[in-house]
Amino acid sequence: MEFFKKRTNFRFMPLRKRWYAISAALLLASVLLIAFRGLNLGIDFTGGVMLELSFPQEVDLDKVRGALASQGHEDATVQSFGTAREVLVRLLPKEGEDTAAVGQGVLEAVRSYDPAVQLRRTEVVGAQIGEELAEQGALAALFAFLLILAYVAVRFQWKLAIGSIVAALHDPILVLGFFAATQITFDLASLAAILAVVGYSLNDTVVVFDRIRERFVMTRKGSPIEIIDLAINDTLSRTLMTSVTTLIAVVSLLVFAGDTLAGFAIALFVGVLVGTYSSIFVASSIALDLKLTARDLMPVQREKDAIDDMP
Amino acid sequence: MHSYPAWRIWLVAIVVLMALVLALPNVFGEAPALQLSRDDRAAFNEQSQAGVTAVLSSKGIPVQAAHLEGDRLVLRFESVEQQIAAREAIQQGAPGEYLVALSQSSRMPGWMRAVGLKPMSLGLDLRGGVYFLYEVDVAGAVKQLLATMERDYRTLLRNERIPFAGIQAEGADAVRISLRSFEDVDRAVAALRKQDSTLTIDSSREGEGGTVTVRLSPEQVKQRQDFAIQQNITTLRNRVDELGVTEPIVARQGVDRITVQLPGVDDPNEALRVLGATATLEFRLVDDQNDALEAERTGRAPLGSRLYQRREGGPVLLKREIIASGEQLVDASSGFSEGQPAVFVKLDARGAAEMLDTTRENLGRPMAVVFIEKKRINEGDPCKGVRSGSECTEEEVISVATIRGVFSSNFQITGVMAGEARELALLLRAGSLAAPLYIVEQRTVGPSLGQDNVERGFQALMIGLLGMFIFLAIYYRRFGLIACVVLFMNMVLLTALMSLLQATLSLPGIAGIVLTVGMAADANVLIYERIREELRNGMSPHAAINAGFDKAFSAIADSNITTLIAGIVLFTFGTGPVRGFAVTLCLGILTSLFSAILGSRALIHLIWGRQRKLEALPI
Repeated sequence: MEFFKKRTNFRFMPLRKRWYAISAALLLASVLLIAFRGLNLGIDFTGGVMLELSFPQEVDLDKVRGALASQGHEDATVQSFGTAREVLVRLLPKEGEDTAAVGQGVLEAVRSYDPAVQLRRTEVVGAQIGEELAEQGALAALFAFLLILAYVAVRFQWKLAIGSIVAALHDPILVLGFFAATQITFDLASLAAILAVVGYSLNDTVVVFDRIRERFVMTRKGSPIEIIDLAINDTLSRTLMTSVTTLIAVVSLLVFAGDTLAGFAIALFVGVLVGTYSSIFVASSIALDLKLTARDLMPVQREKDAIDDMP
Repeated sequence: MHSYPAWRIWLVAIVVLMALVLALPNVFGEAPALQLSRDDRAAFNEQSQAGVTAVLSSKGIPVQAAHLEGDRLVLRFESVEQQIAAREAIQQGAPGEYLVALSQSSRMPGWMRAVGLKPMSLGLDLRGGVYFLYEVDVAGAVKQLLATMERDYRTLLRNERIPFAGIQAEGADAVRISLRSFEDVDRAVAALRKQDSTLTIDSSREGEGGTVTVRLSPEQVKQRQDFAIQQNITTLRNRVDELGVTEPIVARQGVDRITVQLPGVDDPNEALRVLGATATLEFRLVDDQNDALEAERTGRAPLGSRLYQRREGGPVLLKREIIASGEQLVDASSGFSEGQPAVFVKLDARGAAEMLDTTRENLGRPMAVVFIEKKRINEGDPCKGVRSGSECTEEEVISVATIRGVFSSNFQITGVMAGEARELALLLRAGSLAAPLYIVEQRTVGPSLGQDNVERGFQALMIGLLGMFIFLAIYYRRFGLIACVVLFMNMVLLTALMSLLQATLSLPGIAGIVLTVGMAADANVLIYERIREELRNGMSPHAAINAGFDKAFSAIADSNITTLIAGIVLFTFGTGPVRGFAVTLCLGILTSLFSAILGSRALIHLIWGRQRKLEALPI
């Protein structure tokens, strides 16, 4: 089986204005959504108390709320989770309050309501932890970008490096935009997924660049536009094939791995789609507009000559 | 026919064979287990093991397997019900003899354990447990040090008869002494220098008098902070040991944090009660005029004395007066003095003065160190000491040593074994007041959710793998089947590597595996697409295979290295779930490089490479 029976010859580069426009529109929408609608941040980032409880029989949520209110936790969100026996309790942190003590108190309150309650999961996160995690995530992303920029610049060429970084920045923003639009909870696992998307997208982009480099060196004739199009077409079935195999894995996570990994799987799913798009349409277009030519990618001969010239 | 070096095929064969052996223990899965350690901290022997088994067989609880792990006995059961029943049986049948902890143990046969094979270790989210992240108030620790200095200087100046207008902490790292005359300033500086020549002292004159400022160097501040954290880690470790948890982790994280991971614990509040216990210690003279055994028998201590129990067992009578207590302890460390193991103790000025008087008057007599612990307990919980409300105070004598000379602030306790010296120093440090601790993060995963996570995670992995296998087999026909074998090989290699490194597998880690499997397919895809392309360009099958592998290599290497960079950055910056994901991602990239480049080429060579006439490739 093959995606394309014959050699494909799509013209991607001449239409790059169109891809830019699509990407710009999506980026703008994402940024606006993130800025105005915001992300539905999980407890990892907001801090607070979360309890996932399993009762031996069906529970009346109002009674659970009452039990919590009687201990001074009126502002707790109580909702059923999956089945009618499973309850999710969530409390946001308050200024000047010891979150750990609140967590203990909530647990005691629920226990006093029904001693047979089973703890499925509890999370108590101090408010400062969330800020730190966000900071750490941003720092990690920054470092990853710089290191990869350096690697691609050394292995390939700085114009391609810029292209790959633009694509790699483009993808997480769109994924974040998707989270803002759908208001799916964004947690620590989603953040890890976003960084994995950066890795995936770069992986895809680098494969295309590898082919561009090869084509430029091999094919002496033809304009950069034609050569880049040839390279993208060369790798097209591979790009799609890898997206499909990765998506099979991600969908399996999404469907079977349960709620804990839902944020992760969704971020990855969207990320793989966007990453595939950006590595085909965006990364190479940028390099082309930075006036990438055959000379940029020729094997460096000069150093050897310089050594020969030395007395 | 194309050539491929035989050594590479052998290399692949040997690596895969070794990986199969290393990965094998993971096939058996885990079963509920109990981990027993003896309350007297001695190692298990056959006799005590037989005792435990007798208790269980009398209750009709079948034990699937039993083995020793270090000083502990591990008993494996068929079901959680039996595990819980066994715990009750042991606690009732032999009360107080053992610390019993719930745990999981691999079902692998005994001979695998005997040759040192181990399955991957599962993270808290997969086996259930409690995770705490504490923050140490390091600023508070420095403040404490300043307060101690303040007290010391007050005593020093009084002893030197230097009048002062005031002593107080200044800023976060200095103590300022105000004096009324120039002469006093000079004398104060001299006295301080005499006491400790390493101090950073500034003096200034204003009007008739002046001020002397003793400033801590940045190194001293850092030292104090590190000490405070180390002290807290020691305290927490001691507490955790009391919980009898299997494989607990207490470790420093970053500058001022400590993580505590307690697998198998399902009640965070219970754990908090034990971890939140406070402890201190006291130095007291031993009452060697009266008979401790006699006092224990009658239950009456002589006037001026109190009856204590030694840690290693046996009563001892101590004087009621306290020479020095934990608040006065500045530092404790272990080492050697004249070839003998010793504990070096440092007291503050007030404690030192008291110690000086006492030792001068009591040369040759024994002195004891009492360890006092306060913890919050539930109603009905046992308390070995005095209980008042929900607080339990336990006291025990951890050391009795003879006073061999006169000493004050710095002294050593000898007459201990080398191992004991270390433990005693730890206990002394743990017992003294440490900087305050705050919980900044706490996570619990109940055992049922852990079980669910394992099952769901593996289900997702298996289904994802199966889906990919079917797709690859359809898309690349027989070569696709090779890719499936290679992907399976990759799974085996990754499992083996994780088991070998004893890397912890978490739920995000499973996600990482699923993702790397998806991406590992990519290396195969790159190669196969290249082979197809070369075939389309009219190359012979053998040449196409060679060209496919050779030309795909740079793309495989570059794309995997960029992903590896992202993975390493995630590992470096991330904590918790992010890190668990990064570990499997990075290791998965390494194994997939090996299996796709070397493994699949070896396989393809073995199947098609040696056929002289190869008309077409099933790709």
